[in-house]
Amino acid sequence: MTELASGKGPLIRMEKVDALRDYVREHKPKGLVPKVMSEQEAIRRFVTEGCYLGVELYGSVRCPMSLVREVVRQGIGKLELAGQGVLENDLLIAAGLVDKLDITYHGYEVFGISPVLRRACESGRVQTVEWSNAALAWRFKAAAMGLPFLPVRSMLGTDTFRYSAAKEIECPFTGQKLCALPALALDVGLIHVHRCDEYGNCQIDGISGFAAEMARASKRLIVSAEEIVPHAEIQRYPERTVIPYFIVDAVVHAPGGSLPGEMPYAYWRDEAHMKLYFDMAKDADGVERYVEEWVRGTKDHAEFVDKLGGEARLAELRAQATKR
Amino acid sequence: MADYNKSELLICTAARQMEDGAICFIGTGVPMLAAALAKRTHAPGLVAAFEFGGIGPSLEKLPLAVGGSRTFHRSPVASSICDLMEAAARGYVEYGFLGGAQIDPYGNLNATVIGEHDRPKVRFPGSGGANDIGSLCWKTIAIMRHGKQRFVPKVDFLTTAGYLDGPGARERAGLPAGSGPYRVVSDMGLLGYDAENCRMKLLALQPGVSLEQVQAETGFELQVADDLQENPPPSDEELRLLREEIDPDHLYT
Repeated sequence: MTELASGKGPLIRMEKVDALRDYVREHKPKGLVPKVMSEQEAIRRFVTEGCYLGVELYGSVRCPMSLVREVVRQGIGKLELAGQGVLENDLLIAAGLVDKLDITYHGYEVFGISPVLRRACESGRVQTVEWSNAALAWRFKAAAMGLPFLPVRSMLGTDTFRYSAAKEIECPFTGQKLCALPALALDVGLIHVHRCDEYGNCQIDGISGFAAEMARASKRLIVSAEEIVPHAEIQRYPERTVIPYFIVDAVVHAPGGSLPGEMPYAYWRDEAHMKLYFDMAKDADGVERYVEEWVRGTKDHAEFVDKLGGEARLAELRAQATKR
Repeated sequence: MADYNKSELLICTAARQMEDGAICFIGTGVPMLAAALAKRTHAPGLVAAFEFGGIGPSLEKLPLAVGGSRTFHRSPVASSICDLMEAAARGYVEYGFLGGAQIDPYGNLNATVIGEHDRPKVRFPGSGGANDIGSLCWKTIAIMRHGKQRFVPKVDFLTTAGYLDGPGARERAGLPAGSGPYRVVSDMGLLGYDAENCRMKLLALQPGVSLEQVQAETGFELQVADDLQENPPPSDEELRLLREEIDPDHLYT
């Protein structure tokens, strides 16, 4: 196959597919093993300094915010980060924990550009490699398929390609030009789901974003769940298991874990708190005060929820959830 | 005639571009409102598609996020980003709405940086789904406020492919044949692209705007359609729907 052009962005990491096969053979128990643990233990055991980290879905929707806050509390730095970014990647960057970023979209959606990202990039503190949304999801998919790359038709002809680590290739069958996306295997994936059992069999209500692909592309996978259900519940609807137990390393019970983002059908986003964050994020001192007060200043997720207004606030947000 | 602001004008003009029964990629902001308006007026069968997997929601309540629950409220399909983007790659998605900080005469868009990539003067959010939408949909519609800093001869960073550098360039780059930019909706006009040279062409003026004014706010020479039209202003009914039903809290307008 002919390589026609190459993006000049650094390829943050490329794992050999056979090394990944060896890894799962050695490290992943294939039997049903209970994996429920505290957020502190899960982050301490599986997230390490300098690791390649991904978070799904994204900051304002079904996001493992409680796990992200625990990464900040434990101050695990020099991270290489991949994925969507709203509140989650913003918080990690604001806390100074990120060196490199496989970026696709990072902003505040309706509320505009992220001043945290601006400060990090414009000062040269964080290095970015450009990708499209689908490209990142397909890079996870390539890793999930046990392949080193996947050919697609996005990114061609653009600076997004030129500042990525993709390559242009010629199709060996048709001769047409394609964009070869390098597989992205994460050291650690963090995913928040509606429910799972103690072994890590997960169900998601609503869209699944890129959970299926990222979960399978993660060497170590920490799942947080609104609810931990009996295994028998999972067995009643096995077709609903979007993340199977054998790829999961840790299960953390985190009711309200996506807060201040929403959890489809479960609770609406805490708009007031999101605005508070966006306001404080405008300058470096403000965001540091936020991190100090709301993240380092709370000892765990339960205390964060209490500070937001506890069960009463959660009940209000549950009442505002999108109904089926 | 009712008073209206620039956001409302953009939303109404964008809504009128949406086709009943077509699948259309919708992004945050103006496209969401435009889709909600189109569904309540001429295009009840519009299938709004949101990149993380929401396909065909009711849009009774305005989504605040492209992955949020309102993007699949009472949808026939709540799927995933790969599923939807792969459908676009197979040719199912007719329209895609895009925005950005800059657009050039070939409809190329910048949503990434101003200045050097590695040490930018301004860092924007990045491609997100825009590059995929601009690559894989049949027709893209950009929504932009007019201004010389936004309508530029050459984008600082080419995030999303328009016609690249002219006729045949998309196909040469490997992008799907027959796809590309279709319209630009701005607060000063409605623009399309010349079939021969692929450069932006003014099709219609927004109410009360002159050709000279549009050209003065555009950083390159505009081609002008022989039968230059004037867009009708937002109707009372469109404004009522927008203000009372679609965005009663004025989150966007």
